[in-house]
Amino acid sequence: MAVTVRIPTPLRRITNNQDKVNVDGASLRAIIEALNTSHPGIKDRLCDESGELRHFVNVYLNGEDVRYLQGLATATKTGDEISIVPAVAGG
Amino acid sequence: MPYTTALRCRECGRHYPIEPLNVCEFCFGPLEVDYDYDAIKAKVSRASIKDGPHTIYRYEALLPVSRARAVDIGAGFTPLLRADRLGKLLGIENLWLKNDAVNPSYSFKDRVVSIAATKALEFGMDTIACPSTGNLAGAVAAHGAKAGMRTLVFIPRDLERGKILGAAVYGPTVIAVNGNYDDVQRLCSELADAHRWAFVNVNMRSYYAEGSKTLGYEVAEQLGWKAPDHAIVPMASGAMITKIYQGIQEFARIGLIPDAHTKMHGAQARGCSPIVKAIQGGHTHPKPEIPKTIAKSLAIGNPADGFYAIKAMKSSGGSGVVVEESEVAEGIMLLARTEGIFTETAGGVVISAIRRMAEAGTFKPGESVVAYITGNGFKTMEAVEPSVNKPIQIEANMESFEERVLAAVGR
Repeated sequence: MAVTVRIPTPLRRITNNQDKVNVDGASLRAIIEALNTSHPGIKDRLCDESGELRHFVNVYLNGEDVRYLQGLATATKTGDEISIVPAVAGG
Repeated sequence: MPYTTALRCRECGRHYPIEPLNVCEFCFGPLEVDYDYDAIKAKVSRASIKDGPHTIYRYEALLPVSRARAVDIGAGFTPLLRADRLGKLLGIENLWLKNDAVNPSYSFKDRVVSIAATKALEFGMDTIACPSTGNLAGAVAAHGAKAGMRTLVFIPRDLERGKILGAAVYGPTVIAVNGNYDDVQRLCSELADAHRWAFVNVNMRSYYAEGSKTLGYEVAEQLGWKAPDHAIVPMASGAMITKIYQGIQEFARIGLIPDAHTKMHGAQARGCSPIVKAIQGGHTHPKPEIPKTIAKSLAIGNPADGFYAIKAMKSSGGSGVVVEESEVAEGIMLLARTEGIFTETAGGVVISAIRRMAEAGTFKPGESVVAYITGNGFKTMEAVEPSVNKPIQIEANMESFEERVLAAVGR
């Protein structure tokens, strides 16, 4: 169930400068837990005290904002690509 | 020299050096420029500002770049006009228009891009870029040309022709992405991570956003050094309304105006109104939506500064106003036909929002009301094309004139 997670610059200190990390998990929540096991501390950056995604973090599954899907409950499968992207100003 | 001290996370307060950074490593909060306000207060006066240039750089002390090295094509210090005809029609005694449609590339974006381009050169970057709903693309292309930088602008595929041409003429590489603005923005965020390019509203955002403060400073100065009672601002990402309010507050903080009592009102069109929906529903954060609006310059479904825009509206005693899609062109026509100013769709949203607010009794007699008109109508001609009359065709003789024109317009 390997899913590729693209890591943005602000988080690469935690991933030893890797810009992509492969992890296993059947949902976004499971992916973040697995990421946190291999790279401790990353969950705190992505999620707030209640365990939900921080408001300034955008997470995309194959290009689709997970808030349009099922949020952290969104199912993931082998070959999926997850992008973590900080919010951007207007255009 | 700038009075900037550091970048500071707006959420957790952590400090960062003055570098091309925009996001806090710890909480992902936006980074903002911090200033030494005591030093600014000691140095800046109404008189010193009045002696400055007729551009945003008259407020140099409150900006994160030096005027001496600025990429400057004359952004800012646009007219603040009394709108007596429109005001009379809407029942507003003291209505003003901040006409930012007359900037060098015809939108308020010149303010923010001049700052971002200047900062990019300071950082030694040679490429300037942006994701854009159109206005920003033009401003980046113009400033990129002036600075002699390699320029790339990324736009959604369905953009208005005027906006594409208005960027392409300056010679940038224009990239039309198969998707909406939110898709373009995500792509650019990832590109900004991979290349050391100045994406003005991504990795340069902390500096870029500061340019919009000048919209607050100018109105306060032009009203005779006082804050307006009401400001009505179009909202896309929510950054501009936040920064206008910050600008007014900074002016009060350094003693240039007595107070910052302005009620901040934000306007969106029905087809993309996540910020207004959130404030009206009592939420602190907007829920992202897929934009379907004629007001393409406001078509950001996932507004990054929505949270702060809501805070500015709430804490100032203002409100969020939504107008129907059909009211966008109506607002454009109303402004053009009463005040002689041709604005783009965002301005149409603002004018119709003001009409609604006036009908609802938002403005008390005598209160000053400022409408921010942030872009030029020639960029979105499609929006009003169906509403304007076609020319009357005549032959080059008096008979033809009398028959076809006088019959229509009267003697």
